[in-house]
Amino acid sequence: MDRVLGDKRAIMALVGPALLVYTAVMLIPVLWSAGYSLSTGNAISGIHFTGFANIRHLFTDPDVRSALWFTVRYAVVLTAGQVLAGYLLALLYVFVLKRASGLIRTLIFFPVVLPTVAVALLFQQMFEVAPVTGPVNSLLNAVGIGAVDWFGTPGRAFWVIIIMDIWRSMGFYGVLLFAGLVEIPDEIIESARLEGASGWRLVRHIVLPLSFPVLLSSIIFSINGTLKVFDSILALTNGGPGNATTPLTLYMFQTSFSYGEYGYGAAIALLLTVICLAVTVGLFRWSRVDDTAEV
Amino acid sequence: MSHLSRYRWRIAGLAGVAAVSLLASACGGSGGGTSTGASGTGAATGKDPQAFTVLSNAENTTVPGELHKLAAGACSAENKALPLQVDTVPQASLDQKLQLLAGQGALPAMFAAGNAPATTKTLAQAGDLVDLKSALTRLGVINDVQPAAISTIDALYGGFTVLPTEYNIEGIFYNKQVFAQHGITVPQTWDELVADAAKFQQAGIQPFSASGQQGWPITRLISGYLYRDLGPNALAPVAGGTAKLTDPDYVKAAQAVAQLGAKGYFGKGVGSIDYDTSINTFLTGKAAMLYMGSWVLANVSDPKADTIGAANVGFMPFPSVAGGKGNAEQYPSNVGLPFTIGSKTFGPKVSAWVKCIVANYGTGVLKDYGTTSGFTSTPPAGQSALATTIQSTINNAKQNVLWFEAEFSTKATTVSQQDAAPLVSGSMSPSSFMSAVQAAQNG
Repeated sequence: MDRVLGDKRAIMALVGPALLVYTAVMLIPVLWSAGYSLSTGNAISGIHFTGFANIRHLFTDPDVRSALWFTVRYAVVLTAGQVLAGYLLALLYVFVLKRASGLIRTLIFFPVVLPTVAVALLFQQMFEVAPVTGPVNSLLNAVGIGAVDWFGTPGRAFWVIIIMDIWRSMGFYGVLLFAGLVEIPDEIIESARLEGASGWRLVRHIVLPLSFPVLLSSIIFSINGTLKVFDSILALTNGGPGNATTPLTLYMFQTSFSYGEYGYGAAIALLLTVICLAVTVGLFRWSRVDDTAEV
Repeated sequence: MSHLSRYRWRIAGLAGVAAVSLLASACGGSGGGTSTGASGTGAATGKDPQAFTVLSNAENTTVPGELHKLAAGACSAENKALPLQVDTVPQASLDQKLQLLAGQGALPAMFAAGNAPATTKTLAQAGDLVDLKSALTRLGVINDVQPAAISTIDALYGGFTVLPTEYNIEGIFYNKQVFAQHGITVPQTWDELVADAAKFQQAGIQPFSASGQQGWPITRLISGYLYRDLGPNALAPVAGGTAKLTDPDYVKAAQAVAQLGAKGYFGKGVGSIDYDTSINTFLTGKAAMLYMGSWVLANVSDPKADTIGAANVGFMPFPSVAGGKGNAEQYPSNVGLPFTIGSKTFGPKVSAWVKCIVANYGTGVLKDYGTTSGFTSTPPAGQSALATTIQSTINNAKQNVLWFEAEFSTKATTVSQQDAAPLVSGSMSPSSFMSAVQAAQNG
């Protein structure tokens, strides 16, 4: 094995094809896009070099500030919500339902396989106020509360998005974390129980530390996915009311394709890439520091 | 320096050169912007495509429908020489599609103009469009286009570069029966309109039907107020940069419209109401008034959609504002989402098609769909009273005005229309609304 891995030609033969594909579909478009961020214009008027004007504009554009603030709020709240809901489900599967969890897992996982647009339409109908009163408002009316225009104010629209995305994704995180929890040896759980640990203490001191690696993976997975949210918001609120639920991705899309400003759109994409990279690197470093502390 | 370090530096150097060359190629890419097309002169110097390719917005069924009727009738010879081929794209993706096609030099023979006049102006500047004034003059059909339509197109697009497949005036359609039942006459002033709306609201009838999802039916009320209050040139100083939407006179108009929303005159959840729902709400008798363009005649004349009956639909101009400089004889007019002709494919066969369309479309679309275009037409027998009223209003209009976003940038247009619902639902103040649109207009 060492002989094979010590041979440069063998390494090239093994890694080369994958590297070529990665370069073609990943690196070149990324660099190409970075190049566009230094330009202005569009396909009709032509592309012209403008230096760092787009990058400077990022720091003064109020729409970028509001989209960034929404993106961060959405990523933090949704990551907390979907990972927590997924973890609670995983605990339910492992410690309560045990071997009978198969059907429940399948049912809760089901929204994950539904198309995002279909889920968004479902939630639009559920929270509708006019022309037809949706089930949520009907329920409110039934208990004597007036119908609410859920998509009419920024705060309410935000929470409808959060509720929809938690419902849509908690099944996935439940299964992911379930896979981590079942890896914890039964002997350790049994020993802890014999020592008198049960309930919250068992979860806090035994289950949580032992499932920390998979929990961290879930958080990284979630935060990167939520920072790049696009389809669910486009289909549910289209960034409204006004631009109150417009994340950076949607603003980038509008800038590039609706306003025809490809260069500035690429600059927004660059900002998003830097944020994703910084968050991921930060989380990795934090987890390493934590490992060292435990040692 | 070790062998490994030198190797790393060499790799880093190569990567750097590759990156710089990529950046240079990305920045140096000209797209299709530098293409000159057939110089946009109106001469048939383009090359005929394999078919008479037409790209329409999917929401528009009238233009493709009438073109198919012409292909089977008045333009059958042209269709035989160059068969009609219609493709569609959702209107929201139209500008993006046009940009991509223009970039590839692959624009169709005839296509729906971009959502904002700015897109069409850019295409014209790049030489991608036919100058229709000289082309139609050369083809001998320039007199088949109404001068008022050409004047509106000139004002909007900076030249005669689009075909007026629609020519609309806008105003308030109202339910005559509901008005009569509540003893309400057609309001002449904004204050009377607001007072009448209050009476309808009190009687449990939604005063206005409007699509907050589209936004423009609401911003049209703002421009209507502005034109009546400040005169027919109300928005020209804003476009010219000598006035700002945040000036008190302009904010006052947004305030007037926001108050209608605050009192619930647009009904519940206006931001979720789409275009079709707003039309249905009015045509099924659930709302007393609808601000709309004359293109809605197609819905009014459809007995399945219009349950209140065409005879019960009236049309009134936007009322005047007390002490204002404008008057109710100045109608907002537009050419809807018109179609334009690509210069690169403007060959002899496409020219023949364009000539036939200009000569026959107006009468055909009025007969088949009941909608008015900017082409000359002969009214069909049995035309509804409402259609006749609107036709005569178009013919007698003394002065036309544009709409709120007509001279704004694409971004300002989007911001205005997406913020319209928050304005009337109270989650955005009138001054914030005007500030947001002005900021988008400033770029």
